Amino acid sequence: MNTRGLRSQLKDSVPVTGLCPQAGSYGVQDSLRRGFSSVKNELLPSHPLELSEKNFQLNQDKMNFNTLRNIQGLHAPLKLQMEYRAARQIQRLPFLPSSNLALDTLRGSDDSIGFEDILNDPVQSEMMGDPHIMTEYKLGVL
Amino acid sequence: IMATVSVCQYHRGGFSFENCKRNALLEADINKLGFSSPAARKTGTTICGVVYKDGVVLGADTRATEGMVVADKNCSKIHYISPNVYCCGAGTAADTEMTTQIISSNLELHSLSTGRLPRVATANRMLKQMLFRYQGYIGAALVLGGVDSTGPQLYSIYPHGSTDKLPYVTMGSGSLAAMAVFEDRYRPNMEEEEAKRLVRDAIAAGIFNDLGSGSNIDLCVITKGKVDYLRPHDVANKKGVRTGNYRYKHGTTDDTTHHTLTCFFPL
Repeated sequence: MNTRGLRSQLKDSVPVTGLCPQAGSYGVQDSLRRGFSSVKNELLPSHPLELSEKNFQLNQDKMNFNTLRNIQGLHAPLKLQMEYRAARQIQRLPFLPSSNLALDTLRGSDDSIGFEDILNDPVQSEMMGDPHIMTEYKLGVL
Repeated sequence: IMATVSVCQYHRGGFSFENCKRNALLEADINKLGFSSPAARKTGTTICGVVYKDGVVLGADTRATEGMVVADKNCSKIHYISPNVYCCGAGTAADTEMTTQIISSNLELHSLSTGRLPRVATANRMLKQMLFRYQGYIGAALVLGGVDSTGPQLYSIYPHGSTDKLPYVTMGSGSLAAMAVFEDRYRPNMEEEEAKRLVRDAIAAGIFNDLGSGSNIDLCVITKGKVDYLRPHDVANKKGVRTGNYRYKHGTTDDTTHHTLTCFFPL
């Protein structure tokens, strides 16, 4: 696989935290919880779309909020972001699936279907996250 | 429980890139041994569309190939998007199938929300935004046609997300053959029979001159309030009928004596 093109997706100065799965709480590799690491795995994305897909929702929101700010002023995105933050807090326990109904309604994704609803539906996944570890991670004690 | 690799956050749906590196390594290993990995099923294809006086006519052949082998002799390439919008798909068969189904669902939800018949331009915009998001990795080249409140419209959509709104379009490996027929005989505001004949001839040109297209010709005529899905419109390539039979007729006498001849073949 030609990895030259993928290198352009790296930012030289900003650490690409999304792509370093091995970093534990102190920034060093966490072999116990995340397995063995290899430089090649961490430095380059495995697919050109990986980074853009991971950040897609974020980037869309940023773009929309910017447009909204330019059209209606600062108050509009501020109020909306407050509502998003409130809606994001309505969750079940960390290892259980939440419907995210309020968040979906706010975003307008309750009347659209995308690949995230068809492929790899988390409700139908065969494996479940370990409840203890996920709760500890959520509480920050991990 | 895999204690060394644990998931700390609830995982989202959508595409998963976990196996990409493994696949790349496997591909390299297989190529080193001299074999080739299985090819995705493509639809080779000739698809085309034309705008005539009262609406649009979409046409497609019906062959799906998997490398150099015909995988499906009679596959349906004209997909339903909404009651007044249909879409022909060329490229990777699974990609066109899933893309058109997703857009069809989204368009249905959207039209329920607006309370109106969906527009072709809406479907076009949804398709182009999705295909651009995936930067051409979804190999779906589409010809989208339909009739809505603004009249008959025809769009061609390329896998990277660019679209063209034109009176006649062709896509697929047989597109050049079909376009040659269109360039010769197209004129604006044709009658329905003439338009159907033109599309049928364009697809036939693709079928007979391109290896990736073959079998029958499907047509879809969309007018205001009516859709004619003609499948098959024309069976251009009939499979041959066997002229002889090696079976013995009933009542043939059985031969019970055996004669053995030894022949020497110098090797």
